[in-house]
Amino acid sequence: MWNKALKKVFQKKIPLLCASIIIFFLMIAFAAQFFGLASNWDTPIGAQYMPPNSSGVLFWFGTDILGRSVLLKTIQGTRVALSVGIITAILSAPIGVFFGMVSGYFGGWIDDLIVWFVTTLSSIPNILLLIAISYSMGRGMTAVYIALTATSWITLARILRGEVLKHKQREYLIAAEALGVTHSSRIFKHLLPNVMHQIILSMTFMVEIAIRSEVLLSYLGLGVQNLPSWGKMIDDAKGELSTGVWWQLTGATCAMFLLMFAINVLGDYVRDALDPRAQI
Amino acid sequence: MWAYILRRLLYSVPILFGVSLVVFSLFHLVGGDPATLLLGKHATAERVASVRAELGLDRPLIIQFGDYLKEIVTFDFGKSYTTREDIRTKIIHGAGPTLFLSVPAFVITAFLSLLISLVVSYYRGSWIDRASVVTFVFLMSMPSLAYILFGQYILASKLGWFPISGYGATPSERVYYLALPVLISIFLNLGSDIRFFRNAIIEEVNQDYVRTARAKGLPEKWVYLKHVLKNSMVPVITYLVIEIPYLVLGSLLLESFFSIPGIGGMTVEAVNNSDFPVLKAMTTVISLLYILTTILTDVLYRAVDPRMSFGKRE
Repeated sequence: MWNKALKKVFQKKIPLLCASIIIFFLMIAFAAQFFGLASNWDTPIGAQYMPPNSSGVLFWFGTDILGRSVLLKTIQGTRVALSVGIITAILSAPIGVFFGMVSGYFGGWIDDLIVWFVTTLSSIPNILLLIAISYSMGRGMTAVYIALTATSWITLARILRGEVLKHKQREYLIAAEALGVTHSSRIFKHLLPNVMHQIILSMTFMVEIAIRSEVLLSYLGLGVQNLPSWGKMIDDAKGELSTGVWWQLTGATCAMFLLMFAINVLGDYVRDALDPRAQI
Repeated sequence: MWAYILRRLLYSVPILFGVSLVVFSLFHLVGGDPATLLLGKHATAERVASVRAELGLDRPLIIQFGDYLKEIVTFDFGKSYTTREDIRTKIIHGAGPTLFLSVPAFVITAFLSLLISLVVSYYRGSWIDRASVVTFVFLMSMPSLAYILFGQYILASKLGWFPISGYGATPSERVYYLALPVLISIFLNLGSDIRFFRNAIIEEVNQDYVRTARAKGLPEKWVYLKHVLKNSMVPVITYLVIEIPYLVLGSLLLESFFSIPGIGGMTVEAVNNSDFPVLKAMTTVISLLYILTTILTDVLYRAVDPRMSFGKRE
């Protein structure tokens, strides 16, 4: 199912384009993280607030208040955004999978307990929970990771619980039970592959939500502290815009917009390809 | 029905307890010491101790938790650390401006997006549908801060069509000041609303009863207006009702950018000032509203949808 769906998606041009955009961003983030791309973002390259010009690659997005290249800052921001997105998704997916599957599979008091916990957390507005957690953890990246992980697994757990409840009625699981297959094998060998597409799709949207939330938290001053992030660039731009300095805002906005757009569109295509009923 | 409502209310007690436990432990166990945060790093130990005593932070946690539960029941959340104002009064004062901004924005967005998604899903698969899907994903993908900043800069500062920020005393002044924030808020939410509504409507189009209606020779327009529309209202209404608690919270960003003295702006201010009691009260009140709204949705569901009759377990 997975192979066929992917093949179907990538036969079209638009999803292919979106995938290339995402890969492009990933490569930039990777290069910045491991090969020191844009590590000299902190050194001034010219006068302050130079508008975008073509005197060199570094000037393409203009300079900021300290004469630093906005292009390099955007690249560093990409690294921060993607690492927040990816780390959040990697940390919260197992939690969501565990609670969702256990709750749906075993039912009974375990289910009641997990549903209680999940309902409790989802009753607190996400943004306030995020603020509260990153507040109590102190400022900085670790707090951002913890806050975003603590809030992102909830939706996945809910989706998976519902899926597992549906699958429990299916013949293949009843047959597995009749054959005396152990619980863990039924969960990992039989159920997990059948809900894998839900997990991967949810992880994609977790990345998106995490990146958006990071921008919001940075704007509130709770996010990343000593690195340029898109949120901080937009926050800086707040004061600059009235003096006509639009490029820092534009750099961060364009980068974020492109990535969000690619993730959204690709996610939609993959979901449609996986859903047999969505053939319109 | 009353039995169901009662059961639902009883069921929300453990949830409410859970919420208060989570909020309390976040602010009291994990969080840094509010007294130190308030006084700064260089305060003397005696000064910190006296502030702790004054704020009641030196008492056993279990007593503090009891106090917190009492605050929830009596709706009296004490005083703000920074402004010394009574938090309940603060919330009541802030609710007006917030609702003035969020309710019109919510109603207009819901109406517009329902209308657009009806048209779009009627022409599903055609170029109109494809073009609008791209447009609305486009709208969704823009960062919300960009809408606010560019909107304020271009429409208010450059073109001068709207005031830059502020809030009026009389209703006509309010309309004048709130027009731009409402407009931006509509654009912020339109994309995702339309996407959800369109999918909900198309989901219904693929149901068996639609095939039956078509098979008996009903014109497509009537299949659409009589059958599909009615049935797709269930997910649409749920989606809208779930947003209601957030109307009270308002938009943190819009309110702080446009200096609207509402609850959202107050929350941002509380974050900046480390005003724990205000943040705690805000989190509690909105969560409470959220729980109440979910009960309301469930009850409405059962009243509207005969398949989920009262008295039966889900």
